[in-house]
Amino acid sequence: MSLHTLTVAEIAAGLKARSFSSLELTLQLLGRIERLAPQLNAFLTVTADRALDDARAADEMLARGAGGPLTGVPIAHKDIFCTDGIRTTCGSNILANFVAPYDATVVERWRTAGTVLLGKTNMDEFAMGSSNETSFYGPVMNPWDVRRVPGGSSGGSAAAVAARLAPAASGTDTGGSIRQPAALTNLTGLKPTYGRVSRYGMIAFASSLDQAGVLTRSAEDAALLLGAMAGLDERDSTSVDAPVPDYVAELATPLRGLRIGLLREFFDKGLDPQVGKCVRDAIEALRDAGATVRDLSLPSLPLSVPTYYVVAPAECSSNLSRFDGVRFGHRCEHPRDLQDLYRRSRGEGFGAEVKRRIMTGTYVLSAGYYDAYYLKAQKVRALIAADFARAFREVDVVLGPTAPTVAFELGAKTSDPITMYLNDIYTIGANLAGLPAISIPCGFVNEGGKDLPVGLQLIGPHFAESRLLSVSHQYQLLTDWHRRAPPGYD
Amino acid sequence: MEWETVIGLEIHAQLATRSKIFSSSPTAYGAEPNTQANLVDLGYPGVLPVLNLEAVRMAVRFGLATGARIARRSVFARKNYFYPDLPKGYQISQYERPVVEAGSLEVVLEDGTRKTIGITRAHLEEDAGKSLHEDFHGLSGIDLNRAGTPLLEIVSEPDLRSAKEAVAYMKKVHTLVRYLEICDGNMQEGSFRCDANVSVRPKGRAEYGTRAEIKNLNSFRFVERAINYEVERQIDLLESGGKVVQETRLYDPDRGETRSMRSKEEANDYRYFPDPDLLPLAIEETFIDAVRASLPELPDEKAARFGREHGLSDYDAGVLTASREMAEFFETVVRGLGGQPKLAANWVMGELSGALNKENLEVTHSRVGAEALAGLLSRIADGTISGKIAKEVFEAMWAEKRTADEIIEAKGLRQITDTAAIEQAIDEVMARSPGQLAEYRAGKDKLFGFFVGQVMKATQGKANPTQLNELLKRKLSG
Repeated sequence: MSLHTLTVAEIAAGLKARSFSSLELTLQLLGRIERLAPQLNAFLTVTADRALDDARAADEMLARGAGGPLTGVPIAHKDIFCTDGIRTTCGSNILANFVAPYDATVVERWRTAGTVLLGKTNMDEFAMGSSNETSFYGPVMNPWDVRRVPGGSSGGSAAAVAARLAPAASGTDTGGSIRQPAALTNLTGLKPTYGRVSRYGMIAFASSLDQAGVLTRSAEDAALLLGAMAGLDERDSTSVDAPVPDYVAELATPLRGLRIGLLREFFDKGLDPQVGKCVRDAIEALRDAGATVRDLSLPSLPLSVPTYYVVAPAECSSNLSRFDGVRFGHRCEHPRDLQDLYRRSRGEGFGAEVKRRIMTGTYVLSAGYYDAYYLKAQKVRALIAADFARAFREVDVVLGPTAPTVAFELGAKTSDPITMYLNDIYTIGANLAGLPAISIPCGFVNEGGKDLPVGLQLIGPHFAESRLLSVSHQYQLLTDWHRRAPPGYD
Repeated sequence: MEWETVIGLEIHAQLATRSKIFSSSPTAYGAEPNTQANLVDLGYPGVLPVLNLEAVRMAVRFGLATGARIARRSVFARKNYFYPDLPKGYQISQYERPVVEAGSLEVVLEDGTRKTIGITRAHLEEDAGKSLHEDFHGLSGIDLNRAGTPLLEIVSEPDLRSAKEAVAYMKKVHTLVRYLEICDGNMQEGSFRCDANVSVRPKGRAEYGTRAEIKNLNSFRFVERAINYEVERQIDLLESGGKVVQETRLYDPDRGETRSMRSKEEANDYRYFPDPDLLPLAIEETFIDAVRASLPELPDEKAARFGREHGLSDYDAGVLTASREMAEFFETVVRGLGGQPKLAANWVMGELSGALNKENLEVTHSRVGAEALAGLLSRIADGTISGKIAKEVFEAMWAEKRTADEIIEAKGLRQITDTAAIEQAIDEVMARSPGQLAEYRAGKDKLFGFFVGQVMKATQGKANPTQLNELLKRKLSG
């Protein structure tokens, strides 16, 4: 029986019915990972022993009739989440040998829910990238076309779930790092409201934007996993004390009466026409199912990319100061003095993109530039948030493409950071405004003889995860884009 | 030319919370290196700060006690710089929006005049760890026990005009933070220290001169000496045609001089920005009201009351209220004595303080307690012993920890008030000293003292002095 194609919900049902065991499933997935993960470079660490232990423990619980819907469900974590006793690299050389002595809250909560840890997935270094090409450990390949990128920064998680190496994986989204790879690999990728999920134990890139979420093969799975990771955490002052709804139960909310807003700014000349066509088809399907659709404009939205590239580097320049070669991580050989220790440890430890952002961030926070850059960016950020708030007085969700194009080829954009940054043009707004957003599969574009997936993005008001998930689920009941697997990985 | 000194102080008071400002590690002093630093203090990847509300409560106490404005919304900011004992590469502090703003304190200067010193702001921040450069054979050791300890940085206006004023102000703040129980005030352990911004200008000029900042002064004596040295250095420099450069200086207590640490050009650009890991600190009116209701009687209020209730001079009231413990000791003595506050004040400020100072003891560790001292003073009041004998008794009490009455009895120090006994002693002395007697009677009045001394000697000092005087005068005049 081949179990790797099952979704989380199907696995939960199968385990409960004792159709198969968690150990059986885990062994199959570990076998697939061993066989297929290297060609995708999706995993940085495979925790086979731990996975087998977890699976056995889960089976024992299930045999006693104990456990919940996630007991025995294998998952993978983006290597940005600290895992007690297991290496956490954050895709960087500077943490090549770093073993955290504690579990991130997300890791702890999924573990408590009974999940089985398969391993840690590849990612852009410190989550800085949109193609998973900045990883010190090499790029991740897109299973839909291995000459193409899977998106980033959660590219390893996306490739692993898309290639059916894991039914679900965690990700983090600072400017689109869950949604854009989800779009490029035909997955459902949810970025919750800022503060919905604890950031404790998640290595910080840009603290006011970072948010943990999930990459799955269905909205139903995302609902299951979000429920197990969301909620107040006393260890994160920015996590919000709001009740966690039963996301699975709320999936049944019908589309009828849903008010959708189409952002004029999302259908600009930068949008690939074929991608635009897929999105418009999806809009028609939603309209047919009873949703109303209207055009909207968020005039400040085009400013989101420059705003983001001030705020995020500013925070990263400070967040990454702790990697100084003194207490953990890479330390250069034979430092001559303190300055040499800092310069070489950091110089050798960080890659080019990380350095670029540290320098940009240091610059925008410098005396004499702070007001013109950082302060101004914060003001624009407030405008963007206000624009969204105004939109949500008229519509329930805002809809558009997740990314302007389908997956591009490896190396196509690495020489021009600005072109690379523009990949996140549709996703960054939600981060700046702290809003929940989801990307779901909505079609394919054929390029070079390969079918490449297209993602549809929905953005909702704060804490409207239930709505985003129910709309996605209802759409997935009407369509089967999300069921398609990459050739060779089905 | 006549010069005017301008000084502003930045006082760092370590708040007496049990745990650190952003982590649950204990703050106790003197533990083995790095045993009081958890993952948050070590700045591990992924960890986050969580504000200790107790530190906020203490900052608000200070603000209310200095008549300051408590910001309903203040912001924690990151001060970015690299140093091995600064684990995160930034210090969490408050920059543009401090929790306490625009307070003031009144100090009494040596000549008795009062002066109000403005407090620009007081903000919360975390302390760094310690770098240890000795004992590591060319390497540096890092101890992060202190990293994350809460500090209240209290910034004064440039209102101070001399080293003495600066010390008076610093002592006032020192007294206040201990009254408020927000800082133990221990300067040797670094719980209370200051940086002094010093400049000079020609008297009468409105603009300030260029200032130098003297870092990390951890005793009142050093503050005074460092400022005096620095003022002289700057005046010498200016008078010889030189210029003061804006810089950070260190005070070397062994040489008694300040020396340059880094110039303005070498100064870090700290790139302050709001810490995204911490929400703005919102303080509710009810919280402030609750803190206000919990404030103790403050030093100035207490000193005024001592003047009013006990008839003490401003100076005495000031000395006796310099610490809450001293004031409490004094009031316990007065209670035990049933009045006579002036007698109590003289003894607490005189014999008792002298004995404490000699052994470097806090009043709370006095070998003679307040009740015991009241017992001794009662015996002066009721004429059992003279003030002079009382000093002897006090010394014995200090050494032996017995009550005044026990010592008076054991040593037979009870005052002789029996006229016949005193007269007998006088007669004996007169009989022994015919020469002196003749001289006295011939008009050499000065010899009266000789006879007093002889009689006191004969009675081991126990003769009641007033009676002795009277009787002696009568007898000598024949």
